[in-house]
Amino acid sequence: MNALTRRGLSLATAAVLLTAVAACSEDANTPPAEVPGVTAGEIVVGTHMPLTGPAAAGYSEIAPASKAYFDYVNANGGVHGRKITYKFMDDGYNPANTQTVVRKLVLEDKVFAVLNGLGTPTHTGVLDFLKTNRVPDLFVASGSRSWNQPDKYPGTFGFNTDYTVEGKILATHIKATYTGKKVCFMGQDDDFGRDSLVGVEQVLGAGAVVAKEKYVTSNQNVAPQIGALKAAGCEVVVLATVPGFTALSMGTAARLGFKPQWVVSNVGSDYLTLSKVLGEGKVLLEGMVGISNLPSPVDMSDPWTAAFKKIHDQYNGSAPFNGNTVYGMSVAYLFVQSLQAAGKDLTREGLIAAVEKGGFKGPGLAPFRYSKDNHSGMGGGKLTKVTAGNQEFFGPVYETDSAAGPVNEFKEERPAPPTNTIPAAA
Amino acid sequence: MNMVKGFLDRSTLLRHLVFAVLAGVVLFLLTQQLDPFRNFQLATVAAYLCATAGLTLLVGMNGQLSLGHGALMAVGAYTVALSQNALADRGITGNQVLPLSLALGVLVTMVAGAVIGLAAARLRGPYLAGVTLAVAVAVPAATVTFDEIFNSEQGLSVAVEPPPLSLGLYFPNERWQAWVALTGALLTMLLLANLVRSRVGRNLRAVRDDEVAARLSGIHVGRTQVLAFVVSAASAGLGGGLMALLAQSVSPGAFSLTLSLFLLMAVVIGGLGSLSGAVWGAVLLVALPDLTHDSAQWVSLSPAVAQRLEGNLPLAVFGLTLIVVMIAAPGGVQGLLRRIGARVRRRAPAR
Repeated sequence: MNALTRRGLSLATAAVLLTAVAACSEDANTPPAEVPGVTAGEIVVGTHMPLTGPAAAGYSEIAPASKAYFDYVNANGGVHGRKITYKFMDDGYNPANTQTVVRKLVLEDKVFAVLNGLGTPTHTGVLDFLKTNRVPDLFVASGSRSWNQPDKYPGTFGFNTDYTVEGKILATHIKATYTGKKVCFMGQDDDFGRDSLVGVEQVLGAGAVVAKEKYVTSNQNVAPQIGALKAAGCEVVVLATVPGFTALSMGTAARLGFKPQWVVSNVGSDYLTLSKVLGEGKVLLEGMVGISNLPSPVDMSDPWTAAFKKIHDQYNGSAPFNGNTVYGMSVAYLFVQSLQAAGKDLTREGLIAAVEKGGFKGPGLAPFRYSKDNHSGMGGGKLTKVTAGNQEFFGPVYETDSAAGPVNEFKEERPAPPTNTIPAAA
Repeated sequence: MNMVKGFLDRSTLLRHLVFAVLAGVVLFLLTQQLDPFRNFQLATVAAYLCATAGLTLLVGMNGQLSLGHGALMAVGAYTVALSQNALADRGITGNQVLPLSLALGVLVTMVAGAVIGLAAARLRGPYLAGVTLAVAVAVPAATVTFDEIFNSEQGLSVAVEPPPLSLGLYFPNERWQAWVALTGALLTMLLLANLVRSRVGRNLRAVRDDEVAARLSGIHVGRTQVLAFVVSAASAGLGGGLMALLAQSVSPGAFSLTLSLFLLMAVVIGGLGSLSGAVWGAVLLVALPDLTHDSAQWVSLSPAVAQRLEGNLPLAVFGLTLIVVMIAAPGGVQGLLRRIGARVRRRAPAR
């Protein structure tokens, strides 16, 4: 027997033996014992965010703001004695990267929950993975209605006002204020744009939107779409666009000498973010109508804004204080609220049950709708308008549902923030 | 025993089969030991390996350049996605439909490969690169144009069944994914290794080295080139299909021009001369971004700088690696290993 064959044979024998041993191992049938990401002194949570790439403008500031709030909570003793570690990873707004990044967070870093994963196309891809691994998927940063499927995705909850609700509220305003004007629509070619259009048409009627255009983030040229809107004689244009594309659309329209009334979805209407992108061109934002469900970042008379600004200055000072910062802190506040409600014995099931029980109140202007059979986020918002370089709220807070329900005024007052801006234990 | 060895020496297919089975056993044991995330990475390596092996055959053995293999992966991925979803809609589910979807993915990609291959066989050098580059750009654009079918940039989610219940209730999904992907990769490697050793493989290399000489010795150059493209496309299609299963979603962003360039860089770094180079390439594609992410965490940077680096560092490192490898080891990783091996053997006392 020569050396090569002998070596091959011994290798094969060893392999067969090892296979037999492996087949006998029990690991496939024993459930894991402890709660991942939770120890006596720590809770590890993670998220995926576009820190680079086409959607990074503005959005890259959200996760650091949430982290700043957690740092503040940790410095004040944490939640039930546990400090929150927030790991955010860049997916560049590319769904393929999101896959890897979220797997790394869940499988390697063993996070307890995924918090505020950003983006409709990106997050859609990880829904099944998070479900299979029973990871709570809290407060997704997008208004797609996909997050509200409690039967299919029991652990997933939205945060934003969904795009259809937003569309309905914006359209109600258009119906009342711009009667008889030609209304057009331009939206992102995914759930974002489509859901928004559904809401707009729900209120205005199916034939009322004269021209409908769509764009994709990989193509930075929106001149054909804007040209078509101009040619259709649009007087009011509803934009369901991310900030970069709100700016792009307005800039392109200005170049084409097209000056409609802009009515913009929540995600794409933060004045501070847009004016940073537009620079000198920020005069184009004058008169823009938007919608928001969170306090204004410039209105320091709002007690929540003032409280968040204080935390921001101490823990996130180098970053700008804008709508994204307020957003990130509000999400973090809601998460701490849910942790408080889930109690000392923290489990994934307990946390989900606590969120489903609902009743959370905080900086948000509109109510959260969380219940056992509703996993959508906030149910409304308040309109904003840019006047003389200031984005100001006007009118009442509206709320409605994602279906055919009426658009109502929401009259309930927000509570003032707790003295230390940390929600009390339930 | 000598008889067995003699038999193995004579029959290429049998020798490769024995290798594949041994590799399969070793990998099977490896999946038992690895934690889920490493298994997922292993599965990703396997999916990339299909594509890089096909590309090595095309570029390394046949001398045709392709900048569009990412797009061919997309063709396979979308076919698998559409087929899995169509079957699920008709209530046909279960893991036994997986091979069907994958086979369909390979088939459709082969057709696409044949079409591109026909054009490619008429073109040389930069013109060929241009055509394949156009493919890399056109396929993602098609998903936007025909958004009713492909759902634009948001892409499609892929209906994938969890691991078979016979494996146990808590069987890690990632280990199952690794098994599926590794089976595909081993099959690809086995078939390609045989092809390379056969008459067809010799024809491929003859065409690469000198087209006129090849034609003089009776080889149909055009046919050989189209064949190389079709085989290479089939491998890429399988790789793409496996990626779709792993990610449970497909979107144009996952198969951008960057991926095509990465694949080419990977096979060049791995070593174009042999299929083993494709293995190194596939490993690098998965390991480099991961390593750069981890090493960026060791160095404490200001949050702003860290944020900038997070997405861009892997790109930079990949480019840098390519440059270093090209200078230090023009034959790629595999070429370097072979040189080291040869030196060690020369130094070792003769037995």
